[in-house]
Amino acid sequence: MLSEYQLADATATLRGPVFGRRRGLAALNTGTAFGVGLATLWLSLLVFIPLGAVVWQGQKDGLGSFWDAATAPEAAAAIRLTVGSALLVALANAAFGTLIAWVLVRDDFRGKRVVDALIDLPFALPTIVAGLVLLTLYGVNSPVGLELAFTRAGVVVALLFVTLPFVVRTVQPVLLELDVEMEQAAASLGAGKFTTFRRIVLPNLLPAISAGTALAFARAISEFGSTVLISGNLPFKTQVASVYIFAQVETDNTGGAAAVATVLLVIALVVLLGLDLLQRWAARHA
Amino acid sequence: MRLSQSPIVRLVGVVLVAVIAVTACGDDSKPSAVGTADTTAATQAATDPATAAAVELPAAELSLVAYSTPQEAYEKIIEAFKATTQGKNITFTKSFGSSGDQSRAVVAGLEADYVAFSLEPDVTRLVKEGLVAEDWNDDPYGGNVTDSIVVLVVRKGNPKHITGWADLAKPGVEVITANPFTSGGARWNVMAAYGQIIEGGGTEAEGVAYLNALFENVPVQDDNARKSLQTFTSGKGDVLLAYENEAIFAQQNGQDIDYIVPDATILIENPVAITTSTGHLEQAKAFLDYVRGPEAQEIFADNGYRPVIDGVEGPYDFPTPTGLFTIADFGGWSDVSKKFFDPKQSIMADVERAIGVSVG
Amino acid sequence: MPRYTLRVVGLAYLTLLVGVPVGLIFWRTFENGIGPVVDSLTDSSVLHAFRVTAIVAFWAVLLNTVFGVGVAILLVRHRFPGRRLLSVLIDLPIAVSPVVVGLALILVYGRFAPIGGFLDDHGIKVIFAYPGMVLATMFVSLPLVVREVAPVLEEIGIEQEQAAWTLGANRLQTFRRVTLPAIRWALAYGIVLTLARSLGEYGAVAVVSGRLIDKTQTATLVVEERFQNFDQTTAYAVSVTLAIVAIMILIVINVLRPEEPS
Repeated sequence: MLSEYQLADATATLRGPVFGRRRGLAALNTGTAFGVGLATLWLSLLVFIPLGAVVWQGQKDGLGSFWDAATAPEAAAAIRLTVGSALLVALANAAFGTLIAWVLVRDDFRGKRVVDALIDLPFALPTIVAGLVLLTLYGVNSPVGLELAFTRAGVVVALLFVTLPFVVRTVQPVLLELDVEMEQAAASLGAGKFTTFRRIVLPNLLPAISAGTALAFARAISEFGSTVLISGNLPFKTQVASVYIFAQVETDNTGGAAAVATVLLVIALVVLLGLDLLQRWAARHA
Repeated sequence: MRLSQSPIVRLVGVVLVAVIAVTACGDDSKPSAVGTADTTAATQAATDPATAAAVELPAAELSLVAYSTPQEAYEKIIEAFKATTQGKNITFTKSFGSSGDQSRAVVAGLEADYVAFSLEPDVTRLVKEGLVAEDWNDDPYGGNVTDSIVVLVVRKGNPKHITGWADLAKPGVEVITANPFTSGGARWNVMAAYGQIIEGGGTEAEGVAYLNALFENVPVQDDNARKSLQTFTSGKGDVLLAYENEAIFAQQNGQDIDYIVPDATILIENPVAITTSTGHLEQAKAFLDYVRGPEAQEIFADNGYRPVIDGVEGPYDFPTPTGLFTIADFGGWSDVSKKFFDPKQSIMADVERAIGVSVG
Repeated sequence: MPRYTLRVVGLAYLTLLVGVPVGLIFWRTFENGIGPVVDSLTDSSVLHAFRVTAIVAFWAVLLNTVFGVGVAILLVRHRFPGRRLLSVLIDLPIAVSPVVVGLALILVYGRFAPIGGFLDDHGIKVIFAYPGMVLATMFVSLPLVVREVAPVLEEIGIEQEQAAWTLGANRLQTFRRVTLPAIRWALAYGIVLTLARSLGEYGAVAVVSGRLIDKTQTATLVVEERFQNFDQTTAYAVSVTLAIVAIMILIVINVLRPEEPS
């Protein structure tokens, strides 16, 4: 199947220079510029300018103080814990999220719709409630006998809870739109279920899985409300980056807070870019 | 499928109708705030408390920004104030949150007439920004409206037989306190823990050593004092360091705890101030005077706070520890904040690092 | 059989991770019966807080949906320099810790900040008023609609839209009749996720709301306040209400969705 870009390019060569007048997509060219401009303006007002102000705040007292703040031992420990947990959680979500989406779309059983509705619950609950209930479940008088509170494992569980809907909900719509004929064709040609999944379905799902995983990772590194309750916030041991940043703001060390926030932003950008590249590579080698 | 049949459109329609319905009903009317056209009667009355109480103040909406623990007390005090002749025409907007957050919000532009925080540095922050006058605490109470002390909270019946500060540094005892870098309450805890060594004749080095030993026993550091109280009541830890009024509050709410008043502990002083940006100085001052008056102090006492005026008998026993000291004994908050709580270089920063390095 | 294995594994994961905690929340809420729950939910401050949350969530969802669909189409159907960078940057807001979101917005739109000061001089309050809360909520839920719609747009390909153009339809008609129906379920999920996030957002809104009782106190702020005051019933009741609203919308969508994948 030709991608729309190959199609556009083909059309262009037939009809004129790339940014010249093209029929079909020509009407969209000015639209593109307008759209990009509008999107950029909106994003600037909402995201870029405020985040830029934070980055600015971080280096206001000079790059030396920025570096000191970003590499302070507690900060480094918090960042390590946060990024490590987030990566773990993102991967877990990629696997389980896809599995759950598959079960919800392709399988059928009594109560499936109830289960489907439950997926968004962790998202709609105020994070403080999520944190509190997880603390009750895995805290000192744990009814399930698992005392995970105030440990790093507790942090991971809290993050898994709040990032659950991401991969599930990005993969579900794609699975719904997926053309089953290709799978049926593969089956009729003798491909096993797993091969069919790997060769036919997965490549089509990869953009969605990647999108959901990126979101899960991003949410995991910024989560505060639930982790602050269950982690115990011991510096160097169970203090996540967002709690550390909070502590810096509380001690009027806004520059230090901004510096660590900037580091996290950069790490997030790198991981998001990485996921994007991975997705492109996978699409080419499908 | 036609657009009007699209589930999305129908959904949006339903939500729109719902939101309009919800926003349509509901009263948003605010009483109009009359400006500071102060009558001479009110100005005269302000100097004479007896007649002051009998004069109706011009209508105003006062904005009260306070820390979260005295919320119940202030709600009651406001109701009582509105029932007086003075306060009849005064309405309030109220905001309660963690002391540091509220202070920073006011700096960021949150409108406030009357601010109440859990410790002085949160007011000093406003003074630095010019939002509170420099002579804000030039009164017989040092700017404070309530007092409390740091106590040791234990499980009901004191199963671990905690008797005093020395027990907290022993191995095997779990102590709960909030993180002193995010919680004003925890700072009082730290100064109490440090100060009781000094009070007992110890040196500064011994005080710091005690802090190190104490924090070795801290398994959890919540970000504010109320959360640490709830961590304790949910079953974690053997001892909790808390304000006396927090312990009383927990007991009032059915929590199974006891508290020990140590012989040596710090006097917690909670400041209030009127902002320079207030447009209703008369009314704000009147309210502040009311808060320091017998009715309001009685309400505070009912909620577990120690009154700052004499002659107020609350339902609770407020024993005076023999070794009671104040923050002034250590140079006041300006010195203490720098020496103990500077995130980059300070005694507590070293303590936190030491426990991290030794075990992590 | 792999089908049953998948189902069992999936359901087990969900039960352990979500089912048990959520069950506990519901149990805690109704522990003392329905009476206290109804009482706490009909308290005037709580009702006002629900109203605040509803208004903020409505605007955040509306604006993010419009923005989300527009950007998804832009990213998938158009080509321009910086397209991939834009795609990556869209996800960035979710990676920002709530404290930093609040800090960032105050630095720019606070009363003593450049843009905020300008607006304040002209009588527009952003921070500690509704616009600030909407901005904060939009910030934390920005990519959700985009990330739902974009993969589906890519999956369905451009052929149908091209067919529409060759048949003489203009852009708007094509969008209404071809694109929108194709992405409707992705859009629906995106709206639900955005709504759920907007209802449950606490950290960023807490910083910019000012917590003015009966004015800018949202439902999640009430939850925190009630927990602080040992009023667990109200806190749980409000949380459960928020969660149920999100679920109701989803149930409505599921009911409208055809059984078979289209």
